[in-house]
Amino acid sequence: MASQEQLSAIKRAKVLMVGAGGIGCELLKTLALSGFQDIHIVARDAVLRFRPNISITPYHANVKESRFNVDFFKEFDVVLNGLDNLDARRHVNRLCLAADIPLVESGTTGFLGQVTVHLKGKTECYECQPKPAPKTYPVCTITSTPSKFVHCIVWAKDLLFAKLFGDKNQENDLNVRSSDTANSSEHSEDVFECRKDEDIERYGRRIYDHVFGHNIEVALSNEETWKNRNKPRPIYSKDVLPEEQTKENGNEEKGCAADDVSAMVSLSLKNPQDIWSLVENSRVFLEALRLFFLKREKDIGNLTFDKDDQLAVEFVTAAANIRASSFGIPLHSLFEAKGIAGNIVHAVATTNAIIAGLIVIEAIKVLQKDNNNYRMTYCLEHPSRKLLLMPVEPYEPNRSCYVCSETPLSLEVNTQRCKLRDFVEKIIKAKLGMNFPLIMQGASILYEVGEDLEEDMVVIYAANLEKALSELPSPVASGSVLTVEDLQQEFSCSINIKHREEFDEEKEPDGMLLSGWVEAPVDKDNNKPIGNDESTSNALPSMETLEGEKDDEIQETSEVVEAFSGKKRKLSEVSEVTAPDPSGPSSINQNKPEKLDIDDEDDELIISDDWESFTKKKKL
Amino acid sequence: MDGEELTEQETALYDRQIRVWGADAQRRLSKSHILVCGMKGTVAEFCKNIVLAGVGSVTLVDDRIVTDESLSANFLILPHENHYNGKTLAEVCCDSLKEFNHMVHVAVETGDISTFGVEFFEKFDAVIISCCSLGKKKLINQKCRKLSKRVAFYTVECRGSCGEMFVDLLDYKYSKKKLEETIECQIEYPSFEEAISVPWRALPRRVSKLYFAMRVIEQFEDVEGRNPGETTIADLPGVLKLRKELCETNVQY
Repeated sequence: MASQEQLSAIKRAKVLMVGAGGIGCELLKTLALSGFQDIHIVARDAVLRFRPNISITPYHANVKESRFNVDFFKEFDVVLNGLDNLDARRHVNRLCLAADIPLVESGTTGFLGQVTVHLKGKTECYECQPKPAPKTYPVCTITSTPSKFVHCIVWAKDLLFAKLFGDKNQENDLNVRSSDTANSSEHSEDVFECRKDEDIERYGRRIYDHVFGHNIEVALSNEETWKNRNKPRPIYSKDVLPEEQTKENGNEEKGCAADDVSAMVSLSLKNPQDIWSLVENSRVFLEALRLFFLKREKDIGNLTFDKDDQLAVEFVTAAANIRASSFGIPLHSLFEAKGIAGNIVHAVATTNAIIAGLIVIEAIKVLQKDNNNYRMTYCLEHPSRKLLLMPVEPYEPNRSCYVCSETPLSLEVNTQRCKLRDFVEKIIKAKLGMNFPLIMQGASILYEVGEDLEEDMVVIYAANLEKALSELPSPVASGSVLTVEDLQQEFSCSINIKHREEFDEEKEPDGMLLSGWVEAPVDKDNNKPIGNDESTSNALPSMETLEGEKDDEIQETSEVVEAFSGKKRKLSEVSEVTAPDPSGPSSINQNKPEKLDIDDEDDELIISDDWESFTKKKKL
Repeated sequence: MDGEELTEQETALYDRQIRVWGADAQRRLSKSHILVCGMKGTVAEFCKNIVLAGVGSVTLVDDRIVTDESLSANFLILPHENHYNGKTLAEVCCDSLKEFNHMVHVAVETGDISTFGVEFFEKFDAVIISCCSLGKKKLINQKCRKLSKRVAFYTVECRGSCGEMFVDLLDYKYSKKKLEETIECQIEYPSFEEAISVPWRALPRRVSKLYFAMRVIEQFEDVEGRNPGETTIADLPGVLKLRKELCETNVQY
């Protein structure tokens, strides 16, 4: 039971929750049951039907809005995050640092979960430890040489779907080829437009043949590409689906509302877990396309892929599968494809409940300024030494963290070719996570965003975006130092510029190299911080984040291995060994964390016979 | 839940958790029936979790009348003041749980289930007991074990910020993965009675002291005829005395 001091600290506390999803719901319940009386929640989605004698103040808004500034955060005793994306987490982290308010962070992914505590100056901030950037793929892999199913999904989603149903004015690499500039771009522009009197079925087959047949043949014409790779095979609709009569099936009557339209229903494909054959995928492709044009005409031209849009998911699955088939990549079910395309984070209530409980425990420690007892707690998927929860002492702040330790960064860039716009999108927003940046060189402001800027300044800044760095009013060259600030996050850092002529297209697709910025290796491991799904930015042409093939074991290692590497100094050097005390809180972990071994063989317990068929680990 | 496949509705609703434990596990969940006795704290959490998970049915047993005290640490009981006149804990929790997931059948059973026949327990796949006396726990466990069908038996007891859970899965077969191999294993679970009868000196050193503390309080309540969970700080002298006795008995060679 809580002591009197704890109870009064709880009663007095003004708490801010950010996010009301899986963790958020459990957290709110736990906070209320624990006696918290003044709870504020910033959440995009609505919630709330609860105990009347507690004050719950909801803000149905995105936490990045300007009204949630440092002064807003300063009002609280502690901030509790229940977010699902890296971007918002970084944003809140910076605001908590600026306001000097303790932050309890958390995340869950399936059975894995973690809770971490961040106090300015005392512990690491959320960004001290590398958070793997969302995975991006080189453009040529997507457009010409896919080798994994995820590449096919990206192609289907960001190129084909976008081209057919999205903003027509958006730049699109769909017809990018590694060579052969013979075809004029004007000609290819017409290909995707439905001609005036064209039958929808004809149109569908034409598109099919163009992207799966013609484009592949063109790609094949470049021998060099295929020297060390398996060649794809072109696929034509007439070979897969010999000319059929237009289907007039009664199924079309089902789900007349535009929202319920589904190719699967139309084709009587019942199970989203089935892996369709090439024939079935082709049918779905054509049917989905047909349904889009027939029933959702008004959406065409403004659609972006939405994982909750059944027809879109069907289309993307089918398209990705046909492409995969062409390149000899194994096909996937709609269920799997949806997970990859939608960056779905798998989740269960129990983990969220556990994490919520741990958040409240840490929050209470924070309120009591119980400095020696803060813990980062990891909830494992499999028990290690019979223990499911692994508490670890927080580490000291990272002295080279550019967020909380004000270390300058360095950027190698071709100052003559790189436009300010690219710098802003790829570095400032995507990598540094600033949403409303102000960029200065010395006293000269190169760019800023804001609500109350003067007209002529807005014009100047817009013009600056299109200029190469070396051509800016205050020219940027090797040796220049840029100061970048986000006023809302009250965060500023400096970047030393160094000019470099050439960049490797494959390894440095952005044409820029940022260093001093702590980034985890982005490679096949795809180590995501627990509970993050969406990509942080939509900067083109790097392709969006995707889940990819997840390997269960990998998930556990990132943060936990860091904790056990022993490279960093703990808050206190004092040994943690204490005798178990039955009258106290259930003791979770008696031993020094360093001794715990994650790979404890004894405890790899798997419950059912059918588990194998579900996990299907895919080897790269 | 007709037929073998999950319905479209289920696949949509349970999407995120199916991605954790697979469609097959979800199917099995939807066919499972759970009996829960003793609606308090941890059990309320459990009910929430199992209902959200999409189990087939949950049957609640607790004939105690709702009081103000019941509100603490049971979020299934909303403080709607006079709403409750004479309603039992099971009835109120049942109403709340139904709202968590319309696809789960939640019902109430009245009476002292330890007096029910063995056939009653056959309807369930798992039985969870809390706030029960020592005798009742043993009795219910025995009834479950008499059945040819496996009925998993769990007890959970929470005292303050400590807790204990007991699991009896009878004759349990499972698969263990070691590197690329899958090994078939089997464990024979002891009954609750067998488990707590193990002499203390025979237990491994690293067994948590909490285990022993729970046994002492359990005995105390049994001997003194107390309702489970009603031992208070005033009883401390008596509890310590019993502890001394038990330690002496159990540690003797």
